[in-house]
Amino acid sequence: MKSKILFFIFILLSFFFIFSQNLTQTDQKLFTPVDSTVLKNFIVRDVGNDDGTRIEVFCNFPFDGKNFTLKLYRKESGDSNFKMLKTIKSFPFKIVDEGLFSDKKYEYYISFVDSMGGESEKCIINQPISPKPDLFKTDKTILLLMIIIYTVVIILLVESVRKGKELFVRKISGLDTLDEAVGRATEMGRPVLYVPGSSTMSDIATIASLNILGPVAKKIAEYETKLIVPNRDPIVMTVAKEVVKESYSEAGRPDAYNDNDIFFLTDSQFGYAAAVSGIMTREKPATNLLLGMFWAESLIMAEAGNTTGAIQIAGTDAVTQLPFFITSCDYTIIGEELYAASAYLSREPLLLGTLKAQDYFKGLIIIILTLYFLILIISLITGGNITILKNIMEFLRFIFKS
Amino acid sequence: MFIRRTLPLLVSAIFGVALIFQFFIPHPASKSFYNMMLDWLIIVSAFTYLIAVQSTVELHITKIKRKVEGWQYSIIVLVSLFVTALLGIFGGAFMPTTLWMKIFHNVKPTDTTPLMYTYLYMQMPMQSTIFSLLAFYMASAAFRSFRARSFDATLLLITAGIVTIGRVPLGEFIYKGLPDVVEWILKYPNMAAQRGILIGVQLGIIATSIKIILGIERKYLGGGK
Repeated sequence: MKSKILFFIFILLSFFFIFSQNLTQTDQKLFTPVDSTVLKNFIVRDVGNDDGTRIEVFCNFPFDGKNFTLKLYRKESGDSNFKMLKTIKSFPFKIVDEGLFSDKKYEYYISFVDSMGGESEKCIINQPISPKPDLFKTDKTILLLMIIIYTVVIILLVESVRKGKELFVRKISGLDTLDEAVGRATEMGRPVLYVPGSSTMSDIATIASLNILGPVAKKIAEYETKLIVPNRDPIVMTVAKEVVKESYSEAGRPDAYNDNDIFFLTDSQFGYAAAVSGIMTREKPATNLLLGMFWAESLIMAEAGNTTGAIQIAGTDAVTQLPFFITSCDYTIIGEELYAASAYLSREPLLLGTLKAQDYFKGLIIIILTLYFLILIISLITGGNITILKNIMEFLRFIFKS
Repeated sequence: MFIRRTLPLLVSAIFGVALIFQFFIPHPASKSFYNMMLDWLIIVSAFTYLIAVQSTVELHITKIKRKVEGWQYSIIVLVSLFVTALLGIFGGAFMPTTLWMKIFHNVKPTDTTPLMYTYLYMQMPMQSTIFSLLAFYMASAAFRSFRARSFDATLLLITAGIVTIGRVPLGEFIYKGLPDVVEWILKYPNMAAQRGILIGVQLGIIATSIKIILGIERKYLGGGK
């Protein structure tokens, strides 16, 4: 009996002890005052380099966020409504408030919420502020400078070529074979199929392709061979018609031009691939030229052409499609060669000048990358203690980031 | 000559330079200018589809008239073109038109439109069929390129073999570290080669754009000079 009473007393005491502890814990307010020293740690400012629609709120003070959360509110100046933006649990934080208007003023408030859910009064943390639209993206200065330097280099090289300077251009076998490919079609009495890619006129690869179409069409007109140009985009079709018509006129064969040979197929990606494959199978062109921008349909067209035994020259700047063309085509014009093709084929001095500018800039990029790589290795060996190297690396990183 | 050559060159130069500067100006006025350009592009593109229809109709009527091989298919193309257009005009694109609901009383506003029906149950399966051909084409292309005729082809064969096996559960079963080897191949040698090409491509794009803006490149207008 004695032991039972003692056990009962123990249970009661335990309950009392645990309960009282809980009471103490819940009763204790973990955060109460919001004083001015705390508020000073919150900074509200306009986000730079934007169209005047963003304000950022941040706090660098490392509050212990375990016992309370913070609520951030926004209020338009003169308005009585608060809009809760976010509940913040970890510190320091940075929030970008978007979708604002530059002609309105905004005030930001915070309140602290303790573990019981009790919220302190809302305290204003800034003077009314308006987001300001900027006139220049300062973070893109390096990019603008690069474009200006590149343009100047192009103009200087074009001018030097105009004065008679001769420039060396390396051999591009895919482009050298174009003559042979057109000649083969003439000998076999079969047409040449020219696919200007699957993209629209706003894609530079399509423009590059149409620049190649000109000299190719001229050659075809001279050889009196049939040229077929199926299109996926009506604007590209219109431009292709114009390019081919002019080239036939230049070759002195305007009568050989047939408007129906340059036509629109469909704007459906795989519908276009199926139609081009069908043309390859039915018309059996001796030469297939696939130049421009391609996506997943590239292999369907290239493999269909491969089965017909046509000589195939492909070119694209789509890195993911290059392996397909390399596998299925006889010659592949890789990436930048597509943009060099126009200058290479026409041998126009002015265009060759721009080609050289491309090479010089590529050389500059290679030098910068090698320099960065070397400095990185030296820094790793020396433990990163050399200040000059640190500064150079910071500068190079800044250039790359821009 | 002014309309055919000088005016297009002027337009591309002015708008080319304007859009370059627009990229560097975040002001709302610059943004609205850019949006206006996009709207113009959409409007012009919409009109060019009339040219596309004209080209298709003309091409297939010529084929039917001349009775060229397979001219019967041209009839199917023309019939499909006009039926689809009529379904879109009278039946509606995303929800049935009032006229369509008046003709067919059991059609509700939430029902699939006839145009959407042709898209979902005719066009989509046909596109998927063509897309699925890729698997077979990939196999045949891989077979051709993986024949170890030279050092390069052998290297390609070995790398492709490692990547293919490392990408399936069997690779991890054979050797636990194989997926990591594959990841390394894709992340470093492969990425380095890709970036090399991409740097050249980007410079080529900028050079071509500058050539067009400055009027040095004008073959896209037709003719060489």
